[in-house]
Amino acid sequence: MKFFHSIGQISLQSLAKLGRSTLFLSAIINSLGYPLLRPKLLIRQIYSVGVLSFWLVAISGLFVGMVLGLQGVYTLSTFGAESSLGIMVAASLVRELGPVVSALLFAGRAGSALTAEIGLMKTTEQLSGMEMMAIDPLKYIIAPRFLAGFISLPLLAALFSAIGIWGGYIAGVELLNVDVGAYWSQMQSAIDFYDDIVNGIIKSIIFAWIITWIALFEGYDATPTSAGISRATTKTVVNSAFAILLFDFLLTALMFGTS
Amino acid sequence: MISINKLSFARGDNKIFNNISLTIQPHKITAIMGPSGTGKTTLLKLISGQLKPDSGSIMINEQNVHQLSRKNLYALRQKMGMLFQSGALLTDMSVYDNIAFPIREHTALPESMIRTLVLMKLNAVGLRGAKDLMPSELSGGMARRVAMARALALDPEMIMYDEPFTGQDPISLGVLVKLIATLNQTLQLTSIIVSHDVQETAAIADYIYLLSAGKIAGQGTPEELYSSDSAWVQQFMQGKPDGPVPFHYPAQDYQNDLLAH
Repeated sequence: MKFFHSIGQISLQSLAKLGRSTLFLSAIINSLGYPLLRPKLLIRQIYSVGVLSFWLVAISGLFVGMVLGLQGVYTLSTFGAESSLGIMVAASLVRELGPVVSALLFAGRAGSALTAEIGLMKTTEQLSGMEMMAIDPLKYIIAPRFLAGFISLPLLAALFSAIGIWGGYIAGVELLNVDVGAYWSQMQSAIDFYDDIVNGIIKSIIFAWIITWIALFEGYDATPTSAGISRATTKTVVNSAFAILLFDFLLTALMFGTS
Repeated sequence: MISINKLSFARGDNKIFNNISLTIQPHKITAIMGPSGTGKTTLLKLISGQLKPDSGSIMINEQNVHQLSRKNLYALRQKMGMLFQSGALLTDMSVYDNIAFPIREHTALPESMIRTLVLMKLNAVGLRGAKDLMPSELSGGMARRVAMARALALDPEMIMYDEPFTGQDPISLGVLVKLIATLNQTLQLTSIIVSHDVQETAAIADYIYLLSAGKIAGQGTPEELYSSDSAWVQQFMQGKPDGPVPFHYPAQDYQNDLLAH
């Protein structure tokens, strides 16, 4: 009996949280005009969540590309198909690894920082203080961060893919002597702008939406104690990772499932 | 005038207020006092519309706070200042910008005028020289004075102080007590102080409400409360460790407990 009681309680709590987070999202969407009218607020947040994540994404992209290059050459050489390395590296990056890995890194770097920042602002009554000054924290604090995440992640994912392709070039062409012409020309002929690149961008836009929503909500909904912020930050990273991988599967099935 | 009518509020099964009514007179300092956990801060949050009561109403200038639209509630809050226990200063802004923040957001005044206003507010709390410091560089007492200057930034009609004296050294405490009294008199504010520091609060309050267990346990001027017949009021006002509020949390017999093993 106790078991069923616990299941019921957890289900109700989860549904209530889903409801709160949906209301929170709709309130953010209603407030999105504000940071567009106050570009300074938006630019500061793009710097904080986007620019400061650049090196993490760039270096990770380089190494992921290099590993793809190495593994690609070893596997493709079994079939004498090293010349297809460029397609393999580029397709893997723009379709999957670029959006997914940059989103996972973004959740760990920027998502957790957003949750901790908002949670701490709640704990130190800064959000209540704003409310009392008749300044809506959703407009002033939350909306610029949401929009900044939304703008930054697709750009970071594009950079990840571009640097990864360059990493694949270093490993495959410079180190393992794959033909340079084949690397670029095969990539150019096989990668489709709409099917591959646009679909990858759509994925990273959806991931940006999910991560910033989770991160901001977890911070806003955090229990205002140090343990509460710690729990919220962990939840942001874990829930974002699950959501990214789940949505990646769903989006891949939708985008590439029938082709 | 602020009037609270038959207010009830609960968190889960815990009834914080049970049908309480009280009135806060304009241009006076009214203190809400009581032991920790009696819902004093909750009452301020209810008055400012941050929380909604389960029943009853809070009227400010003939307006029911909890029936106002968000826009009208924000308009009302521009006439309210609130000093939070933590100060609630925005940590990524300097002292100057913290005080300029509400003025910039709610007015179209030129920056030169905002500067004059900010310096006047900071001068009133004695911290004009600290305008370029960041909140992390301020002591607890200074942070509260900056928060006070920010609460006054929009020239409110009323101001609410949440535990303004907690954790202050004797000098800061004296400064804060004097400031609250002076500002109230000079600016003709309606002040509400929530506190459990009896001596400091009673020294400047015109009227005191004592809260306990969701009810008003006593009310009156400080003199009336000091001479009250109620044992509970006396225990609280004199700070006696034992009385109607027992020193010991309910427990089984001491001797039996010691010899239990």
